[in-house]
Amino acid sequence: MILSEKHQMMRKFFREFAETEFTTELLDELEATGEFNWEIFHKIAAAGLTGTKIPVKYGGQGGDALAYTLMMEELARRSAVLAIYANTSNSLGGGPLMFCGTEEQKQKYLVPVAKGEKIIVFGLTEPGAGSDAGGTLTTAEQDGDYWVLNGRKTFISGAPFADWCVIYAKTDPTQKGSKGISMFIVDMHLPGVSTGKPESKMGIKGYPTSDVILENVRVHKSDLLGPLHKGFTTAMKTLNGGRLGTGAQALGIAQHCLEEATQYAKDRKQFGKPIAKFQGVSFQIADMAIEIEAARQLLYHTAVAMDNNDPETGKLCAMAKYYASEMCNRVAYKAVQIHGGYGYISDYPVERLYRDARITSIFEGTSQVMQIVVSGAVLGK
Amino acid sequence: MKAFVCVKQVPDTSGKVAVRDDGILDRASMATITNPDDMNAVEAALKVKDATGCKVIVVCMGPNPAAGMLHEILAMGADEAILISGREFGGSDTFATSQIIAAGIQHYGLDDDDIIFCGRQAIDGDTAQVGPQIAEKLHIPQISYAADVAVDGRKVTVKRMLEDGYMMIETKAPCLITCIKELNTPRYMSVKGILEFDQKPYYVYDYNELKDEPLIDPDTIGLKGSPTNVYKSFTPPQKGVGRMLEGSGKETVDELFGILTGKHIL
Repeated sequence: MILSEKHQMMRKFFREFAETEFTTELLDELEATGEFNWEIFHKIAAAGLTGTKIPVKYGGQGGDALAYTLMMEELARRSAVLAIYANTSNSLGGGPLMFCGTEEQKQKYLVPVAKGEKIIVFGLTEPGAGSDAGGTLTTAEQDGDYWVLNGRKTFISGAPFADWCVIYAKTDPTQKGSKGISMFIVDMHLPGVSTGKPESKMGIKGYPTSDVILENVRVHKSDLLGPLHKGFTTAMKTLNGGRLGTGAQALGIAQHCLEEATQYAKDRKQFGKPIAKFQGVSFQIADMAIEIEAARQLLYHTAVAMDNNDPETGKLCAMAKYYASEMCNRVAYKAVQIHGGYGYISDYPVERLYRDARITSIFEGTSQVMQIVVSGAVLGK
Repeated sequence: MKAFVCVKQVPDTSGKVAVRDDGILDRASMATITNPDDMNAVEAALKVKDATGCKVIVVCMGPNPAAGMLHEILAMGADEAILISGREFGGSDTFATSQIIAAGIQHYGLDDDDIIFCGRQAIDGDTAQVGPQIAEKLHIPQISYAADVAVDGRKVTVKRMLEDGYMMIETKAPCLITCIKELNTPRYMSVKGILEFDQKPYYVYDYNELKDEPLIDPDTIGLKGSPTNVYKSFTPPQKGVGRMLEGSGKETVDELFGILTGKHIL
């Protein structure tokens, strides 16, 4: 796809930002501590990135899905985890508010989230409800003007430092599966809300992930988000947008892998010449470049489809997420392979890229769930 | 009050430098960037805008491809852009260029409380002359090497950096300030700014537009009207990689002596 002048300018902006601000020292610190870095988050927010896809009237930048895709690609090209810093508000966190928040809710929650003054995260997954989000056990029972929430959410990215969390809870136990689920905006400082110990993750270190435990948490009825008992539809819509973002994140990681592998193949000499001169290496680089470009075109096309409300968008998002994340893992494998033993040593960036790549085919819907979505769309349900 | 910013598109000297047969840089074949010091001037003007709400007008003399750079500066937050472009202006040296840019600013309208910001110097010519000469043509005060700028109504206070210290200078608008990189960190474009840049006024001043300005004299513009001409441009040959000898004893001196003797320097 040939990008318009504006989208080319956006790409340049995202790239300059990432290359300038995401310093090697910062990336090493995130890797070593695993902790959330507020300083870079404030810079990301000041540059408007937390609001890239949020409408201007709600404090955002008013960008389209293609702008968001370019942002995720370019930020992840430098740091997979810092791409998530800019992502959540535009995607899983801000998404449900954008889709079905009331005007009051948008003013109260979306505006500060867009500006990066507050952080909202997404609480759908439970210990027993991962790919099968319909198996949600968290409950919400009405008590006067309040809903009383009980349950446990797991793998909630950003939970340890979030201000708010969108919690999915069963409000009508008589309805089966994904029906009878509602969304609530839960203030993380309410009595009864606690978070578990941050998980020790394989990659994307520096964005803590933990459980959220809800024990008789009283949420005011004004914080019910969207129509009662119909929260699951919004979750799926939000995940569509999220899949575009994680696909673009995978694309950025893969692009970085290619750049590292290319440079290394030119520098590293064996048998008297750079290893790039051997077809065993150069053909791997060709495969990487081809797959990356194919994923890029699929993602951009999907973004444009989303911007045009194309009815195929849901299927395309699943296809793009599946292809880009699987591609990213293949490319990361080859990048490490080209580096040989050095690729297995953490002094070389590909070691981290290989670990960061691994999450992309798991979170926001595994590759197998993507295959369910795509096959369902192709075969008919 | 208005803030003008003069900017120049320069070759990206981190890439390859191309020179034409006549000794002048072959700009068309080189990647371009906005001159780094000019970005500090843009930021200085935008800071004045943040504080006072004044309008920021970015001014550039150059060929049409400079539009891309002006679009980016509009996307950073400038309000209007002026591209001064015409065959008659081509090949101008600093004397001719400053005359044409000064005419452009006058054509737009320079008011009593306006400030003109320029970068200290461009990384291609390295003359640092255009900013000061614009001030001279417009008969306004100039302060170069600004590392800090405070604007209070018409009063402008500038910290002017010297090699071994600084001066605090106060003057009255209208004035011209040349900026150095220590002044600030230029902001980024924003997505919102990018989406809106094409709704902002964008003027192209060609020769016909400016020819009636008192500062424009057909005999003193362009390559023919320039009192100085570039004789030759070239990329200096790469020096070899240096080598550090560690230690302070006799052995190190002997080693150095050996190397210098080996190269027939001694």
